[in-house]
Order: sequence, then C-alpha cells, then structure tokens
Amino acid sequence: MASATILKSAFLPKRSEWAAATRSSVGRPATAMSLTVRAGSYSDELVKTAKTVASPGRGILAMDESNATCGKRLASIGLENTEANRQAYRTLLVSVPGLGQYISGAILFEETLYQSTTEGKKIVDVLVSQNIVPGIKVDKGLVPLAGSNDESWCQGLDGLASRCASYYQQGARFAKWRTVISIPNGPSALAVKEAAWGLARYAAIAQDNGLVPIVEPEILLDGEHGIDRTFEVALKVWAEVFFYLAENNVLFEGILLKPSMVTPGAESKEKATPEQVAEYTLKLLHRRIPPAVPGIMFLSGGQSEVEATQNLNAMNQSTNPWHISFSYARALQNTCLKTWGGRPENVKAAQEVLLARAAANSLAQLGKYTGEGESAESKKGMYVKNYSY
Amino acid sequence: MASVKLNAPSSHWIGGGRSLNRRFAFRTEIPRAVTIRAGSYTEELLQTAKSIASPGRGILAIDESNATCGKRLASIGLDNTEANRQAYRQLLLTTSGLGEYISGAILFEETLYQSTIDGTKFVDCLRGENIVPGIKVDKGLVPLPGSNNESWCQGFDGLASRCAEYYKQGARFAKWRTVVSIPCGPSALAVKEAAWGLARYAAIAQDNGLVPIVEPEILLDGDHAIERTLEVAENVWAEVFFYLAQNNVVFEGILLKPSMVTPGAEHKEKASPETIAKYTLTMLKRRVPPAVPGIMFLSGGQSEVEATLNLNAMNQSPNPWHVSFSYARALQNTVLKTWKGQPENVETAQKALLIRAKANSMAQLGRYSAEGENDEAKKGMFQKGYTY
Repeated sequence: MASATILKSAFLPKRSEWAAATRSSVGRPATAMSLTVRAGSYSDELVKTAKTVASPGRGILAMDESNATCGKRLASIGLENTEANRQAYRTLLVSVPGLGQYISGAILFEETLYQSTTEGKKIVDVLVSQNIVPGIKVDKGLVPLAGSNDESWCQGLDGLASRCASYYQQGARFAKWRTVISIPNGPSALAVKEAAWGLARYAAIAQDNGLVPIVEPEILLDGEHGIDRTFEVALKVWAEVFFYLAENNVLFEGILLKPSMVTPGAESKEKATPEQVAEYTLKLLHRRIPPAVPGIMFLSGGQSEVEATQNLNAMNQSTNPWHISFSYARALQNTCLKTWGGRPENVKAAQEVLLARAAANSLAQLGKYTGEGESAESKKGMYVKNYSY
Repeated sequence: MASVKLNAPSSHWIGGGRSLNRRFAFRTEIPRAVTIRAGSYTEELLQTAKSIASPGRGILAIDESNATCGKRLASIGLDNTEANRQAYRQLLLTTSGLGEYISGAILFEETLYQSTIDGTKFVDCLRGENIVPGIKVDKGLVPLPGSNNESWCQGFDGLASRCAEYYKQGARFAKWRTVVSIPCGPSALAVKEAAWGLARYAAIAQDNGLVPIVEPEILLDGDHAIERTLEVAENVWAEVFFYLAQNNVVFEGILLKPSMVTPGAEHKEKASPETIAKYTLTMLKRRVPPAVPGIMFLSGGQSEVEATLNLNAMNQSPNPWHVSFSYARALQNTVLKTWKGQPENVETAQKALLIRAKANSMAQLGRYSAEGENDEAKKGMFQKGYTY
C-alpha cells in the first residue's frame, strides 16, 4: 500500500476523475468530444474551428502586424503610420470579393479586431460574411532573455486569460503567439525551453477561453548554417514543444501549428530547391507531429511570394496525415501593397493581386500550382537581416 | 564562419557545441540527406522495420523466459526441461506457411541459439519463412525504490555487446518490456524511469543493428475506467517520445508495442471492440508521429478472440502507421492446449497456430469475422498480479 513517505503530488493526476465529478455535479451536457479528459467547455467548438481553418485548398492570411510594423509597410509606399491609413489598408484586404474561397482564417492585430472598415462595417463581421474565421495575435512581443546568448523570449501570459475571453466575445475564434529561435545564437537549451514552455502555457489558456491556439516557434532564417543544422534544431524544438503541450493537457485536435520551413540559413552558400525544402520539412513533420493535429500552416519568414508558393506546392505532392497549408503575411501582401501605393484608384487592382496570390497558394495547398504568369515583383525575396517583426 | 559570442557554458547549447567545433571536426558526408545520426545500420533498420510492419502480418511473441515457459509447459503437464522448451519452440517455428501471416518472431536468448531436433538453426527456419528473428534483451522487472511498490526494468549493463552478439547470431530486432501500474499510481517516478529506460535501450539497440520494439505495458490490473487508462497512456507516451527524441533515436527504425486502451480488468463495465478501438486510436493519433512504421499491440491477458476483434476494430479505416499485433498468449494458447506435449498432435497444433495467425492477419487488414471461432479461443487469459 502507499507508503506514508510518498507525497500525493508525486502521482500522475486523475483529471478524468475530477472531470467526471464536475460533470455530474454541474449537470453539464456530455460533449461529443467525450475523449477529452479535460472537460473544457469549448472542446467541440475548438475542434470544429481548427478543422474549418484547415480545410482543403485554403489557408491563413496573416495581417496581424503591430502598429509599429504596419507603419513600416505603409512607409514603404510613402504613407504615414496613422490609424486611418491602417484602417484603409486593412479594409482593402478584408473586402477582397471572393477571398473566402482561398482564405479560411485571418489573423488580426488587436486594433483591427475592434475596428470597422472605412464604410463602417465591423471588420470581424466582414470576415465572417466572407466565410473567413477571425483570429487574433495575443502575445506581447519579444524581449531579451536574461542568461541567454542575446536571445529573446515572448511575453504575454499576464492577463492572457481575460484578454482571450474578451477577444472571443468580439468574435475571434483563434489566437496566435509567435516566439523565435535563433540558430546563430546557439540556440541555447534555455531559449528553446522557454520558447516551448511559453507556447504550451499560452495554448492551454487560449483553449480554456475558446480560442484555437496557433503554435508558432519561428526558427529564424538568419544565419550561414546549412539545411542539416536547421533540421537538427527544428527536431529538438518540436520535440520539446509537443512534450510541454502534452504536459499542459492541450487538446491536440484543437490546435494549429505555424512552423518555419526547413531551409538553409539566409546567408548560407547552400541554396535548396523546393523539392529539398519539402523533403526536409516533411521528414521533420513525420518525426514530430502526431496526426491528431489538424493543420500545419507554414510561415513565409522572408521568402519571396513565389518561393513560398513553390515550397508549399512541393510539400503537397502526395497525401499527408495533416492539412499542410499557409499562413502568410509578407508572402501574400507584398505585391498587393505595392500595387495599392495608398491610392484609392488602385484598390481594385490591388485586391485582384491579393486574390491571385491567395489562389496561387490555394493551388499549392492542393499540390497543383504551376507558376505560370507570375510577375517579377512576386519573385522578389523579402529577407531582411535581423528583421524585427 | 559564424562567430558565436558565448556567455554561457557550451554544454548548455543545443547540439553540443557543434557549431563551435566546425573548424576542427571532419564533417563526414552523410549520404542520406535526412539522417542526422550517421549510424552504420540506419538503412538496414529502416528496411527491417518496414518489413515487419508489412500489410496483413504481425509478430509472434515467443520470448517467454525459461521460468515463464515452465508455467506454460506445466499447464499441459510437462516438465520445464530444455528438451521440452526446444520441442515446443520447434513446433511453433517449423509451422509451414507461417510467414504469410507472421513477419517477425521474438525469441528468448536460449531459443536464439537453439536448433531443431535435426540440427537446423531456429533463426534459419525463420529466415526460410521470411520471418525476421527478434530477441528479448531486457533483464526483467525488479522493485523500484522510492515508488509505490512499482517496478523498473533492468538490462543496460553490457547491453551494447549483447545486442552486437545477437545481431551476429541473426537477430534483427530487439524487445524490452517495462510496465506501468495504474492501481499503484502510477507515480511520476515510475513513468519517468520506464520512459527513460526505453529511450536509452532503443538508442543502444539501433547503434548495434537491432530495431528496438518499444514496450511500456500499462497493466490491465485495476478497477479503473477506460478514461483513466487513456489519461495514463497519453502521459506515458508523451514522455516516451520526448526521451526517444532526446536520445536521437531514429523514429523510422523503431516499432511500438503498446497495450490497447481498455478499462481495468476489474472494472464493472466491459468495453466493446469499437470503444477500445476509438480510445486506442485517439491515443495513437495524439502521441505517435507518422514516421513510426509500425504499432504492434500486445494482448496482455485478453482472450485470443478478443485480441483479434479489437485489432480488427482498429483497422476499419486507413491509419498513418501499420497497426498490427505482437501476441504471445493470444496466439499460443489454443496451440499449447492442442499439443499437450504429444508428437502425434504436432500437426494439428501447427494448424491451430495458422488459424490464429491468419485470423489476426485478417484483423490487420480490417477483414476479420468471428465465425467459426471455438470456445478455447474465447477464454480470457487475465491473471491478477500476473508476472511474466
């Protein structure tokens, strides 16, 4: 029998028994997702939302640039960083007719979640009417990690629960939290552990408040390392991420991932073809991602629009155990932004460009992209050394 | 050459400071672009694992220690002699046509070095049937101090050379069985020790050419509900995979041997095969990356028919990994009872083995139907506090 010297806390928790007890006493209806040992109230909805975002031929439009970063975008076309300009630009994006055919979700910045279009319609409502699930960036940005080798960690856990609850009320149904790993800086075991643990804690809190968490540990492109080194680091990062997600009892059927593709560093002498990027990246996924995860939405991280599409296409040449798709910001917006240039008379053309880019990535998700008709602008790389987002 | 400014000891870096030593290390060309640990056996491990995890086939586990084999022989009135053990294993391993349904056979050390009466090595009998020989490499369970009467699995000392020897003798996969007890907690300590032990063993096995079967058996003993089993299984497998990753085990070159997710043996409700399949597949989807080629379930006290029905239920739609069997009692029970130690019964006993193997083959393909199963096959084999 249990020796008196063993602390009760040393046993694996019997959540299923607490959950069963709570269920019966509160009279909560049995969820269809009865295989959830954490009796979260949102489980069914989380699973449904994740599946919707991870639907065939569709991906995510990331437009959650902070005001400062959005300012850089506007500056690049000669516009001032005013709320009106940000509103005008975001209105352009969400109002693209037919966007929902290729875009299943849009990540917003907090300001945008509460904004209306220039015509006075709530942006979340416009998105929903387009059949696009609204999402929200919930982290509070990167700051230096003490005790590391000049690495960063991601803030945002304070008040996260109530923030998520408010965002849910406003109409958001998924969240995003971006932390980074730097290969030139090690990465140190400390930085990787902090990144992974932070993501796991955030994911649990988001789910608890009705938002599907997008889990994003971005392994930065910066560096001279070859693709094998990226692969090695990615294997370690994702092993730790999943272990902590499990420890935090996150429901895997209700999350999405936003990894970086496995490529050589931006300053490496090696260049990798889309087929090589696909081979390494798929190998990583096969080794680290349980099939319960419904969708893997890649970030573009500085690749050109066309590169990002080609690489995604290469990964979808045969069936995968998870939906493999995109969650692109720059790789969807770049040409669109340049086409708009801040001028009302260019809005329609800019919207057409965005739709074309979304359609190209939709084809890539289905493995059917051919690359015909791509412009020079869309082939321009967007890597910026030491890019701060 | 990237200059890395360090303000922490290099042991704290991911990858062990490789980037620092780039100037000095001779980078050998790794032929397969996606293998990070350039182990010499990697290609072979992948081939072996794939071969065992082939459609319509599974593993025959006959690695009972001499003591346990003695119990089997005693149950049909035979003495526990080497001759009797040899006779029994010969019956099993010379079954003609077995290779159609059986892809691998796990042996005990004695058997790996044994031959048939007329001098044919058992490993050669197996090869002749396209069955990969495997070998139990652990040294059994002993009490875990500081735990709640739980166990841990011994076997590390000399494991590398043991594996190398077994490889020379013809083994190509290994097996290591540790246990987790739900009635005893399980304690975080017992789970951590089980998981870490499996990961260390797996790395050593691969280093010496053997595909490791990773077996953390969550014992059937207890009166817990199926939800509790699911919870414990998720915890155990999360830790197992994390440590396997930390030990740089090649996932494409391992096989798993989990217990199915069922209620405890003393729980008031029994679960249908469909329920067991649902819970077990949910657990697998949440914990097993698709790189793992095969998941070969243990039967752990289920009757022969139960074990087949449950496997069949899990194969009603395509899975991202081969989901199959690695059965001992659930393949051997009727065979043993049919043989009774009598030479004139050998042929009938071998037929019984083929019937059971074929049934499980059909179950692996999701096409099993229980018509024509006899009573012996339906007898449960759970024993409380069973020591293997």
